Amino acid sequence: MKSQRIPVALKIKQLVTIIIVGFIVIWFLAPLVLITISAFASPSDYYQIEKVIPTHFTLNQFKSLFFGLEAWKAILNSIKVAGLTMLLSFIIGLPAGYALSRYIFSGKNFLKLLCLATKMFPLMVLAVPLLIIFMKMGVSDTIWGASLAHTAMVLPIIILIFSSILSGVSMDYEEAAMIFGLSRIHAFFRITLPLALPGLAASAIFAFVLSWNEVFVATILTLTNRTLPAHILKTAMASPDYLKFTAGFIMAVPAMVFIFFVRKHLVTMWGISLK
Amino acid sequence: MISFSQREKKWIPYLLFLPALIYLAGFIGYPLVKTLQLAFISEKGKVGIENFITLSQDSTFWKALKNTLYLLIAIVPLQVILAFLLALFVDGRFKGYMTVLYIICIPLALSDVSAALMSYNIFTSHGFLNKFLMKFGFIDVPIYFFGLGLSSRAFWVIVLTELWRATPLVFVILLASLQVISKDYFEAADVFGFSSWQKFFHITLPLTMPSLQSALLIRTLFSFQIFGVVWLLSGRDIPILAGEVYYQQAELSNFRLAATYGFIIALICIIISWAYITLLKTKHLEV
Repeated sequence: MKSQRIPVALKIKQLVTIIIVGFIVIWFLAPLVLITISAFASPSDYYQIEKVIPTHFTLNQFKSLFFGLEAWKAILNSIKVAGLTMLLSFIIGLPAGYALSRYIFSGKNFLKLLCLATKMFPLMVLAVPLLIIFMKMGVSDTIWGASLAHTAMVLPIIILIFSSILSGVSMDYEEAAMIFGLSRIHAFFRITLPLALPGLAASAIFAFVLSWNEVFVATILTLTNRTLPAHILKTAMASPDYLKFTAGFIMAVPAMVFIFFVRKHLVTMWGISLK
Repeated sequence: MISFSQREKKWIPYLLFLPALIYLAGFIGYPLVKTLQLAFISEKGKVGIENFITLSQDSTFWKALKNTLYLLIAIVPLQVILAFLLALFVDGRFKGYMTVLYIICIPLALSDVSAALMSYNIFTSHGFLNKFLMKFGFIDVPIYFFGLGLSSRAFWVIVLTELWRATPLVFVILLASLQVISKDYFEAADVFGFSSWQKFFHITLPLTMPSLQSALLIRTLFSFQIFGVVWLLSGRDIPILAGEVYYQQAELSNFRLAATYGFIIALICIIISWAYITLLKTKHLEV
C-alpha cells in the first residue's frame, strides 16, 4: 500500500517545513510582540535588569505620551494628513486610472512610463523645494502642505493600481449597460464602481498607510503641526526608553489594523505597485 | 443610444487624466525644476557648480556617500537572496502557506520609524537581548550597540533592521514571478527525469531572472533613500545621503546644500536606472 511506503520521507519533509515555518514566524512576529510588551511594561520593571519579561503593566506611559508630550496632537495631525492624502489621491487618481484602463489613446504608454518613472525616483528629495513653494503658498507647516506632498508621492502608484483594478472589471458590463440606455458615466457609477470597490477601497487604505508611515517629507514640512513619525523623530528619541517603545507601538498599530482588513488585496497591490 | 461623436471620443481620456497630470506637473515637475535652481545657483546668485564644490570639500559628504554605499552592499544582495529563498519556500504551497504569507507581509505595513524602535527595543542596553543573555549567564555586563563610537555595531543593527523590514517587499515581487511560471514546464521536466536541482537551474532561475533583476534595481534605488532607521538608531554618527539632506534642510536651514544633496541622490538613481535599462535591455519594465 502506497501509504505505507512513503510516510518516512513525507514526515521528514513535513517536519522540516514546520521547523522552517516556525523560524519564519518567530523572525517576523518577535519584534512586534516584544515592542507590544515593552509599550505596556511599567518603567520599574523595564529598568530591572534581571527581569527579562516584565510582570507589571501600566497604561501610564500612554497617558504621559498623549498628554505630556502632546503626542495626541501629532496623532491627530497624522490622521488628518493621511485622510486628506487618501481622499485627494482617490479623487484625482480614479479618472486617470479609468482613462488608462479603458481607453487607447496616443501618449498612453508615455503616461504609464511617467508613473513608473516617478516610482523609481527618490521623491523625498522634492521635500526641499516643496517647502519653499509651500512657504510662498502659505501652506508650509500645515496639514495641507503635508497632504499635498504626500498625495504627489502616492499618486503615480495609485493611478497604476487603479488602472489595474479597473481593467479587472470587464468592459462588457459597461457596454451592456450602455445598450440599455445608460450613459457611460452612469454605467461607470452604477456598475463598474461597485464591482471595483473592494480593490479601490483597499488601495485607498494603502494610500492612507503610506502617508501615515511617511517620515522624511513629513519631518521637513511640518514644524509646529507635526505628524506622528516626525514627532517621534524629533522628540521621542530624547525621552526615556519606555516612552520610545510606547510611541513605536502607537505608530505600528493603526497601520497593522488597516492592513489586516485589506490583507486579501495586499499582495496584489504590492505586487502591482512594485513590479 | 450610444452616439458619441468622433470628436468627443478623442478628448475624453485626456480630460480624465488632466487633473492628475496638472497635479503631478505642479507638485513633482515644478519642484524638480526648483531643485535644479537651488543646486546650481550659488549663495551669491551665480550659476555654476559652486555648491557641488562646497560639498566635495566637506568630509561629511564623502562619509555619507561611503556609508550609503556600504549599506547598499551589505543589505541588497542579502535581501534579494533571502527574499528569493522565502519565495521559493512559500511557493511550495504547503498547508497553511497563506497564513505564513500574511505574516511575512506584516512589515510592509510598518514605517521605518516603527521598525527602528523595534530594533532599539531588542538591542538597547536594557533591551530584550541583553536581558536575556545576562539572565542566562552568557554575559555579565550589557553589550552596547548604540552610542558614540559604536557606529560599527549600530551599522549591523541597522542592516538587520532593514533586512527585517524590507525583505517582504522583494519577497512579494519574486513570489508573484514564481507563481506565473507554468506548471507545464515542470511536468515536461518530470517526463525527462530532471532532478530538483536541474529543474531549479534550468526552469525556475531563468524564468525568474527578470524579476530578480527588477528587485535588485528597485532595492538598490530605495537604499539611497534610507533615512528613518539610521537617523533613529545612530543619529549623525553614521551620516548617510538622505540624512544629510534632512540635516542641511531642517537643522542648518541651508536649502541650497540640501537641494544639492538631493540632486546628487536623484542623479545617482537616474544613472543606475539608465545603466540598468540600457545594459540589460529588459522588456519587462514596460507595463
